[in-house]
Amino acid sequence: MSDLSVTIGSLRLSNPLIAASGCFGYGVEYADLVALDTLGGVAVKGLFLEEREGHPPQRIVETPSGMLNAIGLQGIGARRFVSEKLPELKRRGAVVVVNICGSTVDEYAEIARILDDADGIGAIELNISCPNISKGGMMFGCSLEGTHDVISAVRRVTALPVMPKLTPNVTDVASFAVAAEEAGADAVSLVNTFLAMAIDVETRRPRLSNVLGGLSGPAIRPIAVRMVHECHQAIKIPIVGMGGIMTAEDVLEFMIAGATAVQVGTANFVDPLIWDKLFDGLRAYLDRHGISSLVDLVGSLELEERTPACKSSS
Amino acid sequence: MPVDVDAVVISNTKLSDFYNVVAVAAPDVARQARPGQFVMVKPDKDYDPLLRRPFSVFEILRDPAGRVSGFSLLNKRIGVTTRRLYDITPGERLQCLGPLGQAFESPAADQQAWMVAGGVGLAPFLTLAESLVERLAATRLFYGGRSADDLFYLETFEALGVRLELTTDDGSRGHPGLVTGPLHRALDETDKGISVRLYACGPTPMMQAVTELAATHGRSTDVSLEQVMGCGLGGCYSCVVPVAEPGQPTRFVRSCLQGPVFDGGRIDWDQL
Repeated sequence: MSDLSVTIGSLRLSNPLIAASGCFGYGVEYADLVALDTLGGVAVKGLFLEEREGHPPQRIVETPSGMLNAIGLQGIGARRFVSEKLPELKRRGAVVVVNICGSTVDEYAEIARILDDADGIGAIELNISCPNISKGGMMFGCSLEGTHDVISAVRRVTALPVMPKLTPNVTDVASFAVAAEEAGADAVSLVNTFLAMAIDVETRRPRLSNVLGGLSGPAIRPIAVRMVHECHQAIKIPIVGMGGIMTAEDVLEFMIAGATAVQVGTANFVDPLIWDKLFDGLRAYLDRHGISSLVDLVGSLELEERTPACKSSS
Repeated sequence: MPVDVDAVVISNTKLSDFYNVVAVAAPDVARQARPGQFVMVKPDKDYDPLLRRPFSVFEILRDPAGRVSGFSLLNKRIGVTTRRLYDITPGERLQCLGPLGQAFESPAADQQAWMVAGGVGLAPFLTLAESLVERLAATRLFYGGRSADDLFYLETFEALGVRLELTTDDGSRGHPGLVTGPLHRALDETDKGISVRLYACGPTPMMQAVTELAATHGRSTDVSLEQVMGCGLGGCYSCVVPVAEPGQPTRFVRSCLQGPVFDGGRIDWDQL
């Protein structure tokens, strides 16, 4: 039997497939359909310290091979999550990755303290990349200093694995991965959604109430793979890759580019029962290639120069 | 518990240039479905369109032996998926996840049931009417469309003992004007002592108007909303509805889990 297990910092996962934050509720919504303990992990919907209502509808719009969302991080807040949702996730055997967001550095640290005191959390994912909120999120993730400040503040208050989720809405994502590594992150996850917009030409109004939203789905996958590749060349800590994964082949693409694990987001809306298909596809690939451990594929991209078929006339 | 089936299309019945009924072999979905629930469907496996779309369960289908064999959905050709469904052919497959959402609450034994439908908003009411057949209290359908060509399944509802009140925008069938016209008269004519439960499904302005009209007569309305929906399972938080409980601030509530049926009087229509 092929070994699908991977390790993110001190966290060992039975397989590399994590449900992406914002695409799987608090996990409990799916517990009757999906055996949560079979997933590598469940990244729950982003939490602020307090409850938030998010943006008015319309919150999503479909675009070619993708979708825009501007939910606005509606959520129940960190304390209610710990008291109301975490016990069931624990009971179901889920590896829980808690995605957190703050308007200030102190808010990130305060939530991290609450989670550090709770029992049954696998890792903290720092949302420094949400494009849909006016304060916090991407405000930190678009500045090297902000990235560093949030990570080091959280690092000081918790021993849990800390994984900032990077935004692709920067010129050089690898420099942010380096900043994260230097600030003490155990891993980085990328990419969050691409800032985007859609307009109804009949009414000339934006399709989303928030005007701007984040693009996800297979449309973004090649850019996300490129960014994972760039980060892999720049840092030593593990990368959790995501962006439009729909098939086992897509998972493999991210892992070969350098991701130790991946998150599956938008695909989960299309096919909530996608997980077993992905597992089967990964095992079939390993069998076909005679590979016993999936982790051997991480960063296995072949970059040897080929003999040019025709010489350039320089 | 909802199931996801790659269901075979049994038939596609064109009702007009815009409306059709697609029947699928999905007994595991149909057996569980209760009036008002919905199914998330996707006709093709590729990425355009990517997401599923929500549809009310229109009819529960039975084989000659009376066993539940599938369900149908009422489709109106508007966007990409509905155009595809308009042209779908028997033998093709339709991915169906369901049943999802909360069902209509049944009326009390002595309570009349008044259904108010606009256009494709007829969809959830056939199964509701079927579930009310055995009752003594009256069941009525106030049903509006653009023209006579836009009103369907009238004989089916009549055969279920439903009293019809039809309206068309152009006056080609029933009363000319909006469905709220005959509804207003009926509310005026009905003794306050008679208990009535109203159900509405259709364009948002219609559902708001019905809710407000019924409220002026001291009656509440259950509305079945059609929000833009990403997953149908509570994962994406896109289908939220602004709901205000008495004395509470407005909250965004997921239509897929707590709806699609809501007490119209609790909805903050201005924010919807």
